[in-house]
Amino acid sequence: MAKILGGLTTSHIPLIGKAIAQDLRNEPYWQPFFKGFPAAHEWLRKVKPDVAVVVYNDHGLNFFLDKMPTFAIGAAAEYRNADEGWGIPTLPPFRGEPDLSWHIIESVVAEEFDPVTCQEMLVDHGFTLPMKLFWPGDEPWPVRVVPVSVNTVQHPLPTPARCLKFGQAIGRAIASYPEDLRVVVIGTGGLSHQLDGTRAGFINKEFDLMCMDKIVAEPQELARYSTLDLVRLAGAQGVELVNWLVARGALTGSVGKVHSNYHIPISNTATGLLVLENRG
Amino acid sequence: MPGKARDYGIPGTPIFDGAQAQKGYALNKMCYSFNSAANREEFQRDEESYCAKYGLSPAQRSAIRNRNVLELIAAGGNVYYLAKFAGIFGLNVQDIGAQQTGMSVEQFRQKLLDAAR
Repeated sequence: MAKILGGLTTSHIPLIGKAIAQDLRNEPYWQPFFKGFPAAHEWLRKVKPDVAVVVYNDHGLNFFLDKMPTFAIGAAAEYRNADEGWGIPTLPPFRGEPDLSWHIIESVVAEEFDPVTCQEMLVDHGFTLPMKLFWPGDEPWPVRVVPVSVNTVQHPLPTPARCLKFGQAIGRAIASYPEDLRVVVIGTGGLSHQLDGTRAGFINKEFDLMCMDKIVAEPQELARYSTLDLVRLAGAQGVELVNWLVARGALTGSVGKVHSNYHIPISNTATGLLVLENRG
Repeated sequence: MPGKARDYGIPGTPIFDGAQAQKGYALNKMCYSFNSAANREEFQRDEESYCAKYGLSPAQRSAIRNRNVLELIAAGGNVYYLAKFAGIFGLNVQDIGAQQTGMSVEQFRQKLLDAAR
């Protein structure tokens, strides 16, 4: 049977792509952000995942407003990155795990979640940068992937409660997969930030730290917020926290924190990193 | 006709809902096209024709001409698509944050640094 080893969460700011490409990891601006990752690498070397299920939001690479799915699940043998318009370097393609994708799709639909299924799917920085942060070594990527996209672009967004439940359904789906696969679940985005409006630059350290604490053992406490609560407390784009809730929901056992890091700011954003172990 | 703008009671914070999505469709579609380098070049060669091709409203064309983010949002623009427009001019999210808040880029960066305290 497939085994869910744990979850990883990180911010996915585009500027990180430039920092990686230009090798700025040790610059004073970047060091407090990148210093969080060696502990995640060490944990990944220890647990040796085969597959990463990556929960993120598309920012207008694969999906446009002509068709905007609330939830979408990739079911392709390969996923490619592409030009997003402002010049961060594209990353090499990712190998999919389509049989697991379809198993997850069948299982969550049986539980009354109805995602869009994608046999072709471009993955943007919300997906690719966390992959590069967690697996910074040489290509090819050492894990196969299942992308899960959540609408955080056009309201109404799925509620935090719905996202946690969707994650729980994904977790049950993975746990019931008959192949012996070792799986990690990744949630990307956040934490507090706002890019638009006269409140641009809004950051809420107290709220972020509370979320990073509660999500470990009491994610249901965060699922009580409405979407507008999250906009108010975490900023218009801070709603990406829902991706973390999906990923956390997929951890079916008792969850322990292995490592965390929090740093303000990278670009306009408060950044958070969590490594959570699923302890059966 | 696009739906009526709603007040969600969060000051300074646009909510990109169905009304905005209808109002901004042409503008956002144009900005989405800037994923392609060939389209970015075409826009830069002849901005007015490119806007006309996507059927932008007079308010949207004026906001594009003015490079004004708050006007673009008022005209239905979504910040994720607008970021692709801003990228053509080498503007990042701190530049557009400074513009929207009426600060210098330096002041805006300082505001972000201060949030760490």
